[in-house]
Amino acid sequence: MTETSETLSPLHDEHVALGANLTEFGGWLMPLRYSSDLAEHQAVRQAAGLFDLSHMGGISVTGPDAGAFLDHALVGNLSGLAVMRARYTMICAADGGVLDDLIVYHVAPGEYFVVANAANAATVLVALLERAAGFDAQVRDISASQALIAVQGPRAEEILRAVLVEDDEISGGTALDDLRYYACLGMRFGDETVLVGRTGYTGEDGFEVWVDVPHAVALWRAFLAAGEPYGLVPAGLSARDSLRLEAGMPLYGHELDTTTTPFEAGLGRVVRLDKTSDDGTPVEFVGREALAARKDSAPARVLVGLRGTGRRPARAGYPVVRPGADGAAGPQVGTVTSGAPSPTLGSPVAMAYVTPEVSAEGTELAVDVRGRAEPFVVVALPFYRRG
Amino acid sequence: MADFPANLRYSVEHEWIDGASPATVGVTSVAADALGDVVYLELPEVGATIEAGTVVGEIESTKSVSELYSPVSGTVVEVNTAAVDDPAVVNADPFGAGWLFKVEVSGEGQLLSAEEYAQHTA
Repeated sequence: MTETSETLSPLHDEHVALGANLTEFGGWLMPLRYSSDLAEHQAVRQAAGLFDLSHMGGISVTGPDAGAFLDHALVGNLSGLAVMRARYTMICAADGGVLDDLIVYHVAPGEYFVVANAANAATVLVALLERAAGFDAQVRDISASQALIAVQGPRAEEILRAVLVEDDEISGGTALDDLRYYACLGMRFGDETVLVGRTGYTGEDGFEVWVDVPHAVALWRAFLAAGEPYGLVPAGLSARDSLRLEAGMPLYGHELDTTTTPFEAGLGRVVRLDKTSDDGTPVEFVGREALAARKDSAPARVLVGLRGTGRRPARAGYPVVRPGADGAAGPQVGTVTSGAPSPTLGSPVAMAYVTPEVSAEGTELAVDVRGRAEPFVVVALPFYRRG
Repeated sequence: MADFPANLRYSVEHEWIDGASPATVGVTSVAADALGDVVYLELPEVGATIEAGTVVGEIESTKSVSELYSPVSGTVVEVNTAAVDDPAVVNADPFGAGWLFKVEVSGEGQLLSAEEYAQHTA
């Protein structure tokens, strides 16, 4: 068996039993694929996929000042987030660089749940603890007590209904029928309560379910069994990456890092420079000054989508170049951040940072794929949008 | 432990070669499984002179690129154009329809028996 220093998911034995090919990711040993990347990708597009995302960090923020504290600590307006809603946001450094992108659930009055990327979970926790000074709010890392299981795909709702039960006592007043994208509710799994968010990272309808670790295996097995007639398969990080790339969703460490502001990534809408406290005074959040200065200046680089007209995919780190004569590579105008063959489109797709003058849709560029200039054209993101 | 065809010999870089003349070269099921779904193949050209242990092509999967080494020296006499057109056959049948190229052998690199290769990959 694998000897490893990586953290193991509470579902690790399930993955081994399913024959998963495991990989290190963010300090965890997680499933890369169970059978075939392409089959798992296509199952999510056409039916459903089951993902173990227990490597994601979970941080509980509670207290009378929880909303005001998050307004100060993050770039978004979290005090304005309705109960049982979720929001995509970021935590930035004082210089405006992105420390992590996050999903924050407002689970009850004065109670928030912050979801961080595995590799950044410690950074986010430390930053939140530091930034909590002076607020009546408690920041607690609850990653170790929670597993996260995602059901994604057009059949996800039917599968969810086959396993989880609505319960007015814990639903927060929301019915599953009315659960909107980026909203959440409490549901019952047997005698246990789980938190269900209509969120995901695949471009499909789907749910992310937080469950206490002692019940994670039972929930995973219940989803697999109930989902089988609907075409659900377990899906690994490889499919997750190609799905999110097709959906034009950024991945920390690729499209986002500490040298990047949300504006360059095309995500300036998450930065709420206009947020105010209850008495109407502007909120001084960490990074505000730097981000305000960046907001109206033209960025030196722009995140674009690239679609290949050849067969060879571009990969992260490859130079984006102007097409030269006779298939040669011209001068470099950018760098690929993520690239893969798109199973849905049937051609290579990539995201890249390029200089603004070559960022217009339809611009013909090339990617230096190990010495050969492969043709790509700038296209609108996302590459795939569900019908 | 995986079973590997006993009539083939293997390189430590996970290529296989048969004993025919010209010899057929492919990658093993171990390589195919590790790569994930193969989506692009770049194979040596017919007529090319190749050296054992050197890079003669590329195998690109959904997630990664790896180099294709030749287990033998010689002259390439045929490439599997069906596999170039539909690289998924490398995953589906690595020891059969997913063969990669045929070579008129002039010299061999270090080759392992099926048993030795099984130990190497265990």
